[in-house]
Amino acid sequence: MIPFNEIIQVVIFIIGLIIAAPLFGGYISKLLSGEKNILTPVFGKVESLIYKSAGINPSEEMDWKKYTFSILIFSFTGIILLTVIQLIQSILPLNPQKLSNVEFTLAVNTAISFVTNTNWQSYAGETSLSYFVQMIGLTVQNFVSAATGIAVLLALTRGLVTRQGNSLGNFWVDLVRSTLYLLVPLSAIFAIVLVSQGVVQSFSSYKEITTLEGYKQIIPLGPAASQIAIKQLGTNGGGFFNTNSAFPFENPTPLTNFLQMFSILLIPASLVFTFGKLIGSKKQAWIIFFVMMIVLVLGLIVSTYSEYSTNNIFHTSGLMEGKETRIGILNSVLWSTATTAASNGSVNAMHSSLSPLAGLVAMFNIQLGEIIFGGVGSGLYGMLLFILITVFISGLMIGRTPEYLGKKIDAFEIKWAIVAILLPNTVILLFSALALRTNAGLSSLANSGPHGFSEILYAFSSAAGNNGSAFAGLNANTVFYNLMMGVGMLIGRFGVIIPCMAIAGNLVKKNITPASKGTLQTDNFLFALLLLGVIFIVGALTFFPALSLGPLLEHLLMNNGITF
Amino acid sequence: MKKKILTTIKLFLILTLLVGIIYPLFISAISMLFFSHQADGSMISLDGKIVGSKLIGQKFTSGKYFWSRPSAIDYNPFPSGASNLAPTSAKLKQLYVNRKENFAKSNFIKNSSLIPNEMLFASGSGVDPHITPASAFLQVDRICNSRNFNTTQKEELIKLITRIIENPQIGFFGESRINVLMLNMELDKIK
Repeated sequence: MIPFNEIIQVVIFIIGLIIAAPLFGGYISKLLSGEKNILTPVFGKVESLIYKSAGINPSEEMDWKKYTFSILIFSFTGIILLTVIQLIQSILPLNPQKLSNVEFTLAVNTAISFVTNTNWQSYAGETSLSYFVQMIGLTVQNFVSAATGIAVLLALTRGLVTRQGNSLGNFWVDLVRSTLYLLVPLSAIFAIVLVSQGVVQSFSSYKEITTLEGYKQIIPLGPAASQIAIKQLGTNGGGFFNTNSAFPFENPTPLTNFLQMFSILLIPASLVFTFGKLIGSKKQAWIIFFVMMIVLVLGLIVSTYSEYSTNNIFHTSGLMEGKETRIGILNSVLWSTATTAASNGSVNAMHSSLSPLAGLVAMFNIQLGEIIFGGVGSGLYGMLLFILITVFISGLMIGRTPEYLGKKIDAFEIKWAIVAILLPNTVILLFSALALRTNAGLSSLANSGPHGFSEILYAFSSAAGNNGSAFAGLNANTVFYNLMMGVGMLIGRFGVIIPCMAIAGNLVKKNITPASKGTLQTDNFLFALLLLGVIFIVGALTFFPALSLGPLLEHLLMNNGITF
Repeated sequence: MKKKILTTIKLFLILTLLVGIIYPLFISAISMLFFSHQADGSMISLDGKIVGSKLIGQKFTSGKYFWSRPSAIDYNPFPSGASNLAPTSAKLKQLYVNRKENFAKSNFIKNSSLIPNEMLFASGSGVDPHITPASAFLQVDRICNSRNFNTTQKEELIKLITRIIENPQIGFFGESRINVLMLNMELDKIK
C-alpha cells in the first residue's frame, strides 16, 4: 500500500515543476541575454570587471570553431588544475584532517568527472579530499561545468534562430552570465535554506565523540552546504560525503529532501521554456516538456510499482535496505527516477539495493542519453539532436525536405546527430563488454549473478551519460576503472558537445524558410508521439539485450525466489 | 593561441575566486550569524560534554536503550556507507533472517511479522538517526524489563515516545519518525 501523504508529495512535485518551469524559464532568457534585470545593479559591475581583468572582449562574435575551441581549452584547463591540487593537497591549507595526497589515476578520474558535469566518485569525500579541494576545486567545477552546458545550448539555439549568419555568440560571456546571474544567486539562497535545516557549513576538524552508550564515533564536517546547493541546481550530483544525500548532514530533513529533488529538475525543465522564448514559440517548448514529462512519469510508475511489489525472497515489499527512515520508500524512488532522468546522479538511497525494475528504470533513463530533462543545458541540446533525427525520419516518410524551425536539415546535421547519439552508447556497451571479459573488470564486483553484471553496465552508463550515480557495490577505485571511466566520461561529454557545435555552425549559415502547407509541424502531439517513438526505439534497440541480462533477469529470478 | 590560454587561465582564476572562495565564505558568514548550531553539526551536549549530533545516529546495544537501525558501517561514519547488497543477495537474506530472529527474541515479540522493515535492513547512510514509531513501541517491554520499571514508569515511557514522534514536515513531507538518540536521552531522565 502506498501511504496517502507520499502520493501527495509526488503530485506536488510534478505540479510544482509544471508551474515553475515556464515561469522561471522565461526569466532565465532575460538573465542570460544581457537585458537589464533585477540582478544588474548587484552583478552588472562585477560582470564587466571580470571581462576587463581577464582581457575578454564581450562583444567579440565567435563562429562554431572558435566557440568550441574555447569550450575545450576551458575544460581541459579545469581538468589539469583540479588534478594538480588533488596531487598536492597535503601541502595546501584547509586540511584539518591531514589527509594525504590523492593517488594519480583517482585524481585524474575525479577531475574529469567534475569538469564533465558527471560527478562520478571513486572516492569517499570525508576520508579522501581536503576542504580546500572540495571548496576551491570541486565547487568551482560544479558551477562552471553546468554553465558550460548552458552555453552550448545557447550556441545551438542561436544556430537555429540566426538567418544566414556566422556567429554563435561569445562563450566567455555565456559562461560568465550563466554563472553570475543564474547559478550563484540560486545556490546562495538554497545553501542558506539547507543550513537552516541542518546541513553543515564548517571549517573545523571532525568531531571525535563518545556516544551516549560509550562508543567512539568520528563525525565528519566541512563546508558542505555551499557545495550541495550547486550540486543539485547544476545537475552535478557529487556528494560532499560518501553516501551523498542519504547522509543526514547532506540531506537532514524531508523538506531538504523535497527541495533538493525539485532543484535537480528545476533548471533543466526551465531551460526548455528558455529555449521556447528564444525561438519565439511557447508551443514548441510545451511539446518538448510534455515528451520529457511523460517519460519521467512512466519511469516513476514502473519504479514505484516495483518497490511496492512483494519480493519473493524476503516475502515483503518496500525493502528498506539502503534507504533512510526520514525519507521513506516513495521519496527514494522519486529521487532515483529524477536524478537519473536529469544527469544529476546524486542519491538519497542506494540504487544497488533498489528492486530490480526500479534499478532498471534508473539505468534506462541514463541510457536514453540523459535527455529526459537531462543535465543543465546538456539535456536539451541532447534532446534537440533526437528532434533533428525525428524530423529527418518523418520527412523521409512523407517525402518532404526535412526542416526544423524553418532550417533545412541535411545529411551533414544528421550524420553529426547520429555520431553524438551513438558515441556514448558505444562506450557503454563496449567498455562493459571489456570489463566483463577481464579480471581487472570483474574483481571489483560486490554482488554476483545478474546484479554483478548490472553493476558494470550501470557504471559505464553513468560515465557515458555523465550521470555519476552508481550501483555502488562496485569497487571503482582501481586503475582499470579510474582510467576506463575517465575516458568514458570524456567521450560522453565532448563526443556530444563537438557534434552539437558543428551542427550549430552549419545551421547558422542557412536561411529560414517560412512554414508552408507541406512543412511537418513540430509543435503538435503527433510530433510528440513520433519523437517518443524515436527515443524509445533507439534506446530499446541498443540496450534491450544488455538490460535483459541484468535487471530484467534479476527480476524474473527474484520472482522465483532465487538468491545469489 | 598563447593569448587564448592566458585569457582562459585568468578567467578560471577569477571564477575560482568568485564561486570557490567568496561564495562559500559568504554562506559560512550567514550561517554563523543565523544558524551556527546547525552549521556546526547540530551537536548535543549532556552535562557540558558533547555526546553526539542530533542528525547522526548512534549504536545502541544495551538492553536499557532503544536500538537504532542496522548499519553497514557499525555507526562509524568515517566514511559513511551502505551495504549495497542486491535485492537478490543471499548474504542480505541471511542478515535479514538473523536480525529478525534476534530482534523478536530480545524484545519478546511473538509475531515477528510485526517488526517494521527498517529494523531489519541497513540504512543508506549507515547513521540513520531515526526509526519508525512502531519500532520504538516494540522495544518498550525489553527496556522496562532491563530497567525494572514499574507500571507508572512504563506509562511515562509510552507517553514519552508519543511526545517525541516527529510528524511529516509541514503536514505531508516525509515520514513519521523517532530520533533514537533524543529518545534515549529522555529515557535516562525517567526516574
